[in-house]
Amino acid sequence: MTDLVSVLIDGVIYSSYLFIIAVGLTLIYGVMKILNMAHGSLYALGAYVAATLVGAWFNAGLNPYGSLALLGLAALLVGVVAGPIIERGLLRFMYGRDEVVLILVTYSVFLILEDVIKLVWGVESYSAYQPYGLLGNFDVGDLPYTVYDALLVIVAVLVGVALTFVLTRTRQGKLLLAVIHDREVSAAMGINVERVYLVTFTIGTMLAALGGALIAPKVSVVPAMGVEVIVLAFAVEVIGGLGSLPGAALGAIIVGLVRSAAVHYLPEVELFSIYLVMALVLIVRPKGLFSAVEARKI
Amino acid sequence: MRDRAVGWLGLGLVVFLAGGWWLPNWAQSLVILALGKGMVVLGLLLLMRCGLVSFGQGLYYCLGAYAAVAVGKIFRLPDSLLTSDALLMPLFGGVVAGVIAFILGFLLANYRSIFFAMLSLAFSMILYGLLIKMSVLGSSDGFNIAYSTAAGVVLRPGTHLYALYAVAAIIVFVAMLALNGYLRSHRGRLGPAIRDNELRVEYMGASVRRIVHLNYVIAAVLAGIGGGLVALSIGHIDPDLAYWTTSGEFVFVAILSGTANVAAPFAGSLLFEWIKSVAYQYTPYTWQMVLGIAMLLVIMFLPAGLWSLLGRRGRGA
Repeated sequence: MTDLVSVLIDGVIYSSYLFIIAVGLTLIYGVMKILNMAHGSLYALGAYVAATLVGAWFNAGLNPYGSLALLGLAALLVGVVAGPIIERGLLRFMYGRDEVVLILVTYSVFLILEDVIKLVWGVESYSAYQPYGLLGNFDVGDLPYTVYDALLVIVAVLVGVALTFVLTRTRQGKLLLAVIHDREVSAAMGINVERVYLVTFTIGTMLAALGGALIAPKVSVVPAMGVEVIVLAFAVEVIGGLGSLPGAALGAIIVGLVRSAAVHYLPEVELFSIYLVMALVLIVRPKGLFSAVEARKI
Repeated sequence: MRDRAVGWLGLGLVVFLAGGWWLPNWAQSLVILALGKGMVVLGLLLLMRCGLVSFGQGLYYCLGAYAAVAVGKIFRLPDSLLTSDALLMPLFGGVVAGVIAFILGFLLANYRSIFFAMLSLAFSMILYGLLIKMSVLGSSDGFNIAYSTAAGVVLRPGTHLYALYAVAAIIVFVAMLALNGYLRSHRGRLGPAIRDNELRVEYMGASVRRIVHLNYVIAAVLAGIGGGLVALSIGHIDPDLAYWTTSGEFVFVAILSGTANVAAPFAGSLLFEWIKSVAYQYTPYTWQMVLGIAMLLVIMFLPAGLWSLLGRRGRGA
């Protein structure tokens, strides 16, 4: 029983962090039809900036609780700086090209960012462990969990709710849906599509960086972290159906639970269990669980 | 037209075999590596002509590298030509890759664009996850492999590398000839038609599924043979051969080369390996950046790949 509870809780915690990363990918794909391979690097960038800021904060001996706000600040910084540079500086010249070509463009960005990270931060690992223990523990049954992990779950839920609210209840969100539906007609109707793309990409970047910043206190921040996470985020995305918000949530929960069940019961299959599930979902539902019906174009 | 291609390729083979003898060892290794990876890219070319990009060719590349020795280890076979011959091992790798691709092909032939890319990626990551936990195959460390004969001929000390070089050159020659013939055949020409408009190809009475399936299997066989060659030239294999970044590199080279000509993948692969080794030597921390920028430039200014430079000059004259 305890076992099952811990599988569930670990799974949910892992899902929340996956969701934060994957939802950024979903947003970018949904609006811009770009499967962003550089997403993992942006996530790593968030982790590095967070680790640097938190390190400096504690060295300066400031109020430790402030470091939690720094994690958010790191995400904001990466989003506002890297997002517009990549979108305005590169992607906007590529719109209208084949989806696969766009994957390769972001793959190049991924290669470039990997080295930028190594150039700036070197190859040794960083850690920003302090915020993790800051809020103390609580017990479920006889298993201790950190409040930080609970916070992670809350942040994920908040991100999901906020995005759903914006998309369905606000004017900006409705404009966005119009752009998703038909870019050209939206532009003809006077929607500033360029700005929608810029804002979308910036928010997507911010979410990737937020995932990285929030995970930074839990792990050691190393150069390879982006490479691992991007395929996981793809798995979440593909399982849920590309570009679908509820799909990303469901995909994250499935991947999180499968992984935590594998870690607890069958550690040998941990690495490929996720891809096995991804392959199975694609076999049964070729376009993911939450895919829209598309007209066949002749 | 066809005879000219054979003539050119044959001349190329002779030059390659003769020139290779004088190359220093490091250059021979580099060429073998480039030819082996070029085989994978040649397979990708076939898929890309149908408008499909696989982000999981690492699956077959890795299978090809592991196949011969893995079969020996798992079934505890005594040492034989299968586990020590420079020609037989890659070919066996190609056969194994082809069989697996034939099975998976029934599924993958239904998928297009991103879903094809992602499903093939998932399969390669499954192999990666399996290999990394299989202690009989060395887990994440992999194992060393070596060869002592080439096409049954026992190699004298000092001739190993050149023998492998010759094997690689001949395999590549045969593969290019075969593919060149295939691309000009009725089925081969349907590939670009599928890319342009699949539905119309169906209306004309051809089975798109079957052609995609066939191309997928051919691509896997090429990747398997290529993996076997690379494994022998490096002398060591590990599960990273199936990791998604390996597959990404192949797609990278395929885009760099373009899909116009069966020689393009090998030219692109040679160029890529050379840039990589030079960049790695001089700027170990920024070689990926160099590659990334090079790829962006190619995508922006040469959408049909580097090979299109040759064509453009020809047409201008």
